[in-house]
Amino acid sequence: MSFRFLPQFIAVLPLLWSVTAGAGEERFNLGVAVSPDEIREMAITVMPDGRGLPVGEGSVAAGEALYAEACANCHGEAGQGGPFGSLTGEPSYSPAEFAANRALKKTIGNYWPYATSVFDYIRRAMPFDRPGSLTNDEAYAVTGYLLHLEGLLGARELLDRERILEIKMPAQSFFVPAEEVEEIQ
Amino acid sequence: MSKVGAGRPNKLRRRDFLVGSAAGAASLASMTVKGIEADPTKVQGAGPSNLGQRSSFESVERLPAFNVVSLTPLEKLHGTITPADLHFERHHAGVPDINPANHELLLHGMVERPLKWSLETLKRYPSVTRTCFIECSGNYFPRSGDLSLPHEICGLTSQSEWTGVPLATLLREAGLRPNASWVIAEGSDAAVLNRSIPLEKALDDALVAYAQNGEAIRPAQGYPMRLLLPGWEGNTNVKWLRRLEVTDAPAMSREETSKYTEPLLNGTVRQFSFHIDARSIITSPSAPQTIEPGWQEIRGLAWSGKGRVARVEVSTDGGKRWQEATLQGPVLPKAHTRFGLPWRWDGQATEILSRAVDENGYVQPTLRSILKERGPGSGPYHFNPITGWRIMRDGAVRFSPTG
Repeated sequence: MSFRFLPQFIAVLPLLWSVTAGAGEERFNLGVAVSPDEIREMAITVMPDGRGLPVGEGSVAAGEALYAEACANCHGEAGQGGPFGSLTGEPSYSPAEFAANRALKKTIGNYWPYATSVFDYIRRAMPFDRPGSLTNDEAYAVTGYLLHLEGLLGARELLDRERILEIKMPAQSFFVPAEEVEEIQ
Repeated sequence: MSKVGAGRPNKLRRRDFLVGSAAGAASLASMTVKGIEADPTKVQGAGPSNLGQRSSFESVERLPAFNVVSLTPLEKLHGTITPADLHFERHHAGVPDINPANHELLLHGMVERPLKWSLETLKRYPSVTRTCFIECSGNYFPRSGDLSLPHEICGLTSQSEWTGVPLATLLREAGLRPNASWVIAEGSDAAVLNRSIPLEKALDDALVAYAQNGEAIRPAQGYPMRLLLPGWEGNTNVKWLRRLEVTDAPAMSREETSKYTEPLLNGTVRQFSFHIDARSIITSPSAPQTIEPGWQEIRGLAWSGKGRVARVEVSTDGGKRWQEATLQGPVLPKAHTRFGLPWRWDGQATEILSRAVDENGYVQPTLRSILKERGPGSGPYHFNPITGWRIMRDGAVRFSPTG
């Protein structure tokens, strides 16, 4: 038995290792490790159970002033009738009523299932002409004002990470994952 | 032969087809205007160039609409691949201009090792290439009445050959923690658009794609990288992908609650309705064409987000009888499939229809049955009705929404 090829075999071992990484348990290790600080800076998702909600607070009154300045052009005075759609002020409708009449307007109060989603969306994407520019306090304030317009927060209240989790949205119980809804046909 | 068809009255005889196409060629030749363009056999042609261009005699464009979409001109295309510059657009805050040198993909959350990658690093992984369609969930906007063109009805679907890294590879690099069950994908546009994806899909056939039809993804389709979820509604295929967060619950983002959900007559709002159901449309003859009596090919596209198109049935008598169209192979799963059926129009008013059946036995529904099942005000999401074209006695083709 000759060991003539042993050095060559040892030389290709790392190659075999990398080839098997695709199919087996091993990893390629090409990604760069990320620090908790880097993640904190990027991780803006707010979950319905409150994970991701930042420290901060905003009053309904502060939200009203900010809304008039930054939001009303698109969404109308007090969240109604703007060129990009009403956010508030519509009656409650059941899903069946929405399904029967496409003209019915979906608003925060009659359709959004979680208040955290309102905060998250305003903070990540609004106002349209300077997206992502609101401070956490401002995002709480505007969210609080809109919830107030929908009768879900008192006029003198503050919205913060505790208060927002107490708000149960009227439409929440309607939402069902598709796999649980009987399919058409 | 179709199960539901009652015979095949228009079966093509080879001799008829040959006679028909010879007549067609003759009439085409007589229409050629001579003397306007120089005889190309008597002058030297253009030299080589650094970038190919379409013929100056061709004009094909997307149709921008509503400020937030542009529609693929389905009726002007052949085969199944959409040229990248004609792929439909749908964006929520415009198309960002991203320098890949400043772009990283972050993967964190319920993983053992949070990681980030540059575009160049992602390209070092074993790559996968597959052809599939992407269709916007809301893709039924016949806005010009009976003159609506196919692309106005459903131009928010396009097909590309996509190349990228399986998301499963990246998740394995980071190592999933036991409670991991969702991945929240987030884009680097001004909407920072995000969608929650069940881990099962992420580990199945999801790709982090960086190439489209052999070159870098176009900005409007997500340059420098996007999520590709074959067969799932377009909105979940997050473009300009910058962050993947592994969680034990969905984020309930705006795009999966207040949008991309369907109120139903049964009192629920259907959420996470990811799959695109089987659909087809005849792209020719279609409005606003005027056709001549005699042979022509009825042709169109069919697709299903749940697998392969099993067959496409075509009716040329308003839905009384159905014939099975020919599918152009290879028929790929979750992919646009081209169908065709030779048809001899007898000059009488009629209506032509197509319906797709996928490999799961799902049959594309009529508009009437969708509205009955989901409500007269339902839509526009996951709206895939059979689409008809009325043929008038003078050959004019008009959209017939009732199908």
